[in-house]
Amino acid sequence: MSTTVIEAEETARTEISPSPESQRRRPSRRVVLLGSAALIWLLGFLFLHGTATLALPTSELTDLHRTLNHFNSWVASNRSDNPVFLYLLSPLRTGVDAVANAFMAIFAASPTGLRLPEIGWLGTVALLGWIAWAVGNARVALLTVAAFTFFGLQGLFVEAAYTFALVLTAVLLSLCVGIPLGVLAGISNRFEKAVTPVLDFMQILPSFVYLAPLALVFLIGPASAVIATVIYAAPPIIRLTAHGIRGIPENTREASDSLGTTALQRLFTLQIPMARRTIVMGINQGTMAALSMVTIAALIAAPGLGQVVVRALQSLDVGTAVNAGLSIVLMAITLDRVTTAASERAKPKTQRRQSKLPRRLRTILLVVGFAVVVVLVQLSRTVLWAAQFPKDVNFGPAIVSGVAEASGWIQTHFSLLTETFREGMTVSLLNPFQTFLTDTPFFILFAVLALAAYAFGGWKLTALVLACLAAIAYLGLWGDAMVTLASTLVATVIVMLLGVVFGVAMGRSKRLDNFLRPILDAGQTLPSFVYLVPFLGLFGATRFTAIVAGVIYAAPAAIKIMADGITGVSPTVVEAAVSSGSTPWQVITKVQLPMARKSLGLAANQGLIYVLAMVVVGALVGAGGLGYDVVGGFVQSSLFGKGLAAGLAIVFLGILLDRITQAAAFAAPTRSPHTAKPTPNSVPNTKEA
Amino acid sequence: MRRTSVMKRLVPALAGAAATALLLAGCGGSSLNQAAAGDSSKASCGTVNVALNAWVGYTANAAVYSYVAKDKLGCTVVQKDLNEQIAWQGFGSGEVDVIIENWGHADLAKQYITDQGVAVDAGPTGNKGRIGWYVPPWLAKAHPDILDSKNLNKYASLLKTSESGDKGQLLDGDPAFVTNDEALVKNLNLDYKVVYSGSEASLIQSFRAAEKNKTPLLGYFYEPQWFLAEVPLAKVNLPAWTKGCDADPEKIACDYPDYILNKIISKKFADSGSPAAKLAKAFSWTNADQDSVATDIQKGMKPEAAAKKWVDAHPEQVAAWLK
Repeated sequence: MSTTVIEAEETARTEISPSPESQRRRPSRRVVLLGSAALIWLLGFLFLHGTATLALPTSELTDLHRTLNHFNSWVASNRSDNPVFLYLLSPLRTGVDAVANAFMAIFAASPTGLRLPEIGWLGTVALLGWIAWAVGNARVALLTVAAFTFFGLQGLFVEAAYTFALVLTAVLLSLCVGIPLGVLAGISNRFEKAVTPVLDFMQILPSFVYLAPLALVFLIGPASAVIATVIYAAPPIIRLTAHGIRGIPENTREASDSLGTTALQRLFTLQIPMARRTIVMGINQGTMAALSMVTIAALIAAPGLGQVVVRALQSLDVGTAVNAGLSIVLMAITLDRVTTAASERAKPKTQRRQSKLPRRLRTILLVVGFAVVVVLVQLSRTVLWAAQFPKDVNFGPAIVSGVAEASGWIQTHFSLLTETFREGMTVSLLNPFQTFLTDTPFFILFAVLALAAYAFGGWKLTALVLACLAAIAYLGLWGDAMVTLASTLVATVIVMLLGVVFGVAMGRSKRLDNFLRPILDAGQTLPSFVYLVPFLGLFGATRFTAIVAGVIYAAPAAIKIMADGITGVSPTVVEAAVSSGSTPWQVITKVQLPMARKSLGLAANQGLIYVLAMVVVGALVGAGGLGYDVVGGFVQSSLFGKGLAAGLAIVFLGILLDRITQAAAFAAPTRSPHTAKPTPNSVPNTKEA
Repeated sequence: MRRTSVMKRLVPALAGAAATALLLAGCGGSSLNQAAAGDSSKASCGTVNVALNAWVGYTANAAVYSYVAKDKLGCTVVQKDLNEQIAWQGFGSGEVDVIIENWGHADLAKQYITDQGVAVDAGPTGNKGRIGWYVPPWLAKAHPDILDSKNLNKYASLLKTSESGDKGQLLDGDPAFVTNDEALVKNLNLDYKVVYSGSEASLIQSFRAAEKNKTPLLGYFYEPQWFLAEVPLAKVNLPAWTKGCDADPEKIACDYPDYILNKIISKKFADSGSPAAKLAKAFSWTNADQDSVATDIQKGMKPEAAAKKWVDAHPEQVAAWLK
């Protein structure tokens, strides 16, 4: 963590919230600690410059990396006779394969005959629309029908159906695993303590690290792709389920206990029903996470939209990649809105808006609708035009050539401008900062971060931070970790600037909010492989390109959090400030931002973690550092050990940054009675590609 | 409160889905798919699993092989998008039968051909792979002596970027590529820093921009590659390769050897006597052949269509493979 950033934030805080005498002592001690950390860093850099930097050349390995290399051959030689493989992993693979193949046969293509799906496009559109209506409302049903028809018009219906089938399988499996574990974590403190680091690990570990071993254990096929997705999609479900169970008010629980219910009765009659809405939100987050793995899974032969994107990247075909990326964004938005509508419906009756339709009428309409669906499904099985999306209505080529032209035009006309900008940023900001990190001896940085951790979170945090740092050094990748850290922090600063500017603007104008939200959704769900090629054209293969990709992915989250924070500021306070003659600038800087301070902290935390999730993708466009090691491990068996070590180093870096920023954000300088808790889902819910 | 539960919503939905499934099972016989399933007269060859590695040259080989296997031999061809390492893994588990263009990979060959005995070398593809350092054509024209590695230090300051600091930049590509560049820079005493662009796409895009904007660039590249048809990069001459000069990876100070690209097929597939296995062994063509198909694919043609175009234009060569 950059002490300077924290410090700046800290001084800003003390300036804007003049605290009473009695409370002033604590923040000032923190400032002293952080100041001395900064001083140590500066002196260490000046006098010990370039010593003990623990740098390892990109092409070299350590003994640890060589030891880890043996993992692959161990799996290969044990796969056929080890009982774990024989009785646990192989049956699991067979089961998952069967479910995935069944869904793919229903929606995308059957393995035999004409390779038509069991339910053709018309039936699929009707059935999914009806389900959206049943669990949500008419609006999301219409969205579903429109989106799936649009896939057909893009010429990508079959690919979209494959993706849908695999995401469906992965989400169902995630629910089977996630909900019981989440309930357990909700009722047992001990279990939650044990499971949290595991979940952090699953969410931060780059999937490039475990993709090759997964393909080795579960073989090449849908099972590996689904299980890779589940590893990433189950954690938010577990976290939110646990959060929902824990969020039940104490007095409600006591009331139920006083009636003499047993623990099991309490769970099924009180806790799970009351946590319903949060659990459905977990399903929403899990679905988004699953969809974000689409392009990654394509790297181990998972069919669908991801494959189109990956293949287009090979020949730098921006148009085709954008066309498929658009489908992924649309599917994400559709699934998001449907599950959100479902969670709205899952609210207790008293809290939700009454629908206009009377219940009885709605039920009748649903039944009639189902009859129509059955007819359409049957039609799509017997008539070719309803089974296979008509090829002659296809806007795909138009989209492809339009986008290709636009991207070419932008690259021709802006590349000089963007390259000048890149040079400026790299020379003035990134390079000096990176040198400051990579050329300072490691023990100085240990001391600096330990002091910062102590300032924010006391001994416990200090111990955790030191353990993480020691692990990174042990993994032999300290130098690469510092390169990655430098880019990550620079990207986070940009993300925060954007977050504050756009967040405040959106918080103050509902119209701007409505306009920008879909764009932010697209930024979060568009696979980054799609925009890598035009960015390469604009910025070249450099660390800066990687930073831009990280910003595109992370800024929407930060902006949304800031916008919510600003909207959450009590309107009466704002009105009071306005009526006392404050200018808009004064209202923003003296009232809204200070009052949304918690959101600022949370946005910084989430921004960092999201940027970190893009480290591996960044390596594909020139970021180097840990991400490059991870990619290397995925593609070359002799580098597997180093890639695994780099993946672990990213996890430790992520945990370290997450805990420090959380502590910084929630260690209130003035002791307010209601300290907000960190959200349960502190790690991103959408992934790199 | 429970009446509005999501379960209440989900139950009819799931029941509906189940009912649909039952309905489908009931009238499965009338499906379009089933009606056509009987048409399998060409099933003499069986299924061939072809790994699809991620570069267009490979795609060209795979497209032509798949097209011939499907169209002339009646095989069912399943193409699987995999990277090289995972494709080799597939030999052991029986999920990959053919890798149709292989660049060296001595470590994988040892593990899967020598040690585990699950794969066999199916002979050269006829393509010769060449790896080296390249510069965009405008740069070679403006400074012809840059093409000799002895003069590279003279141009280090020209090739300096914000990524390489005070040294010249040598841009490398995908970590999957065979590279000795760090050792070469060190052992040839070059004032350069290897910068890792991280992917083939980055490398191509960088060269494309360098030629268009007339910016200096030195980078790792290789042929056969469709991009060379678009921008004919000029190769820098490193000290010539001699046998054994690259034995010690730390001390390499010579150019890359020519790679004889070959095909690898699984042992099981090789022993099966499938005509597709015979085709895999016989498949052979020139760099120009591959470039013509790859360029068609690159320009937006579907791989199958590009393959058909080439096969139709070269009936004798294809007939020789099938003999």
